[in-house]
Amino acid sequence: MISAVLFWFLAVVATAAGIAVFRVDSMARATYALAVSFVAVGVMLLLFNLEYIGVITILMMVMEMAIMGIFMIMFMGMNPALMPMSMVHNKRGSAILASGVFVGFATAVLLVPWPERRGTPAVDLTQSLGETIMGSKMLVMLTVSPVLFATLVAAIVLANPRGRYDRFGDDLRRRPPTGPGEGGPR
Amino acid sequence: MVESLVEVAPGWVVVAAVLLGLMALVGACVDGALAAHSDRRSMLAGVGKPIWETARLLRQRRRVLVASDPLLWRVGGAGLLVVALLMVVVVPFGRWTVADLSVGVAWFNAMDVMVWALVWLTGWGANSAHGLVGGHRFLAQALSYELPLMFALTAPAVAAGSLRVSDVVVAQQGLWFAVWMPVAFLVFCASVLAFSVWGPFSPAAGGDIAGGVLTELSSVDRFLVLAGRYALLAAGAAFAVPMFLGGGSGPFGPEWVWTFLKTAVLLAAFIYIRRLLPAVRPDRLVEAAWVIGLPVVLLQVLFVSLVSLGGGL
Repeated sequence: MISAVLFWFLAVVATAAGIAVFRVDSMARATYALAVSFVAVGVMLLLFNLEYIGVITILMMVMEMAIMGIFMIMFMGMNPALMPMSMVHNKRGSAILASGVFVGFATAVLLVPWPERRGTPAVDLTQSLGETIMGSKMLVMLTVSPVLFATLVAAIVLANPRGRYDRFGDDLRRRPPTGPGEGGPR
Repeated sequence: MVESLVEVAPGWVVVAAVLLGLMALVGACVDGALAAHSDRRSMLAGVGKPIWETARLLRQRRRVLVASDPLLWRVGGAGLLVVALLMVVVVPFGRWTVADLSVGVAWFNAMDVMVWALVWLTGWGANSAHGLVGGHRFLAQALSYELPLMFALTAPAVAAGSLRVSDVVVAQQGLWFAVWMPVAFLVFCASVLAFSVWGPFSPAAGGDIAGGVLTELSSVDRFLVLAGRYALLAAGAAFAVPMFLGGGSGPFGPEWVWTFLKTAVLLAAFIYIRRLLPAVRPDRLVEAAWVIGLPVVLLQVLFVSLVSLGGGL
């Protein structure tokens, strides 16, 4: 009973915060409304006894929104991010798309023949969920993730204007090196 | 010796809040005494300072700012205390714990990430350039300390084979983790200072930007943020006890006394460090943290993993 009430409360919070993302007029409010929505979803996962996934969802999403907020404000051009602004563009198109997707999913929910529960829940839900989703693709994922990580690191190295070769010279022999930041000794 | 932890009823969280408040007050009084000492006054004269300062702030009239965002500003300021309380609910006090979550260590980590958002919001909400610079500084600093902190928390969890805080306590029956994983312990302590915007990691509230995130705070808002910082320091010190300092284990007497003593000593050390070390600029910290700190703490985790595979110490 209590968990049902809690679930519906969190569902309303998550949806309301999601709507708020498009209704508020400030970048910071939109970002943190999205964070609230994600935190509500994370707590819902805790209700499903998926403790690890729930806690990690909260952790990742708050961290991501904190960084995203800065980037949104930084890249918003002519700095309207510091002033009240609308969070929507292409209103007609996105309204049509959104309602189409919603109707599609809602119809699917009603039409899909959901399977009956067979057996009992596993002892470690996080582990069995991971095995169900990944399962036979585990080897692929293990190979892909280092490649993706290396790509990220390489992209940052290439984009960094104060990288190793800028600071230590072309033959990496300059001593002492120039400082790591803009304010450091040149 | 800690044989088994008892999970008490959720209502006891009130007691946890009182204890946390008490610890934060002790921290503030120690800082007041040390401040008086460095001003060549008697330390006793400074002990009461946090109480008078609280009384002054609660009577002060709230400053109203043009085009500020009061909602985000107040959420950021008041949230620090809430996060500190959410951290201590997974910390066992002697034999009792409010919530012995199966992922207690990850829970603490998620709560310290909340501080990212809260400090930035405190800086943003005031609509002040100094506050905004402070908030951005904090996030830059957070990018430096967060990964070392995560791996520092990984080491005890690997050694205990569990993310449950009570399992970590039980795994230290023989030898404290602080003894055989000192790097992880030191990195954890430094990270506690960092997420509390304290001592060497306080440029977000630095004097060079007129107080940064604290600049425009007044009245009860300022009180909540200052108290929140001490509460975060206290919560970090309290969490180090079950993670690295053997929990409530001690040579004699009841376990809760030892939890309390260890927390108080570590907290006093945290407070004292502020007067020993200069502030580190976030753009300088990033190199030290990523080029030295992260590899060193990863080696620590590797060492702990190898020891655990070999059957433990």
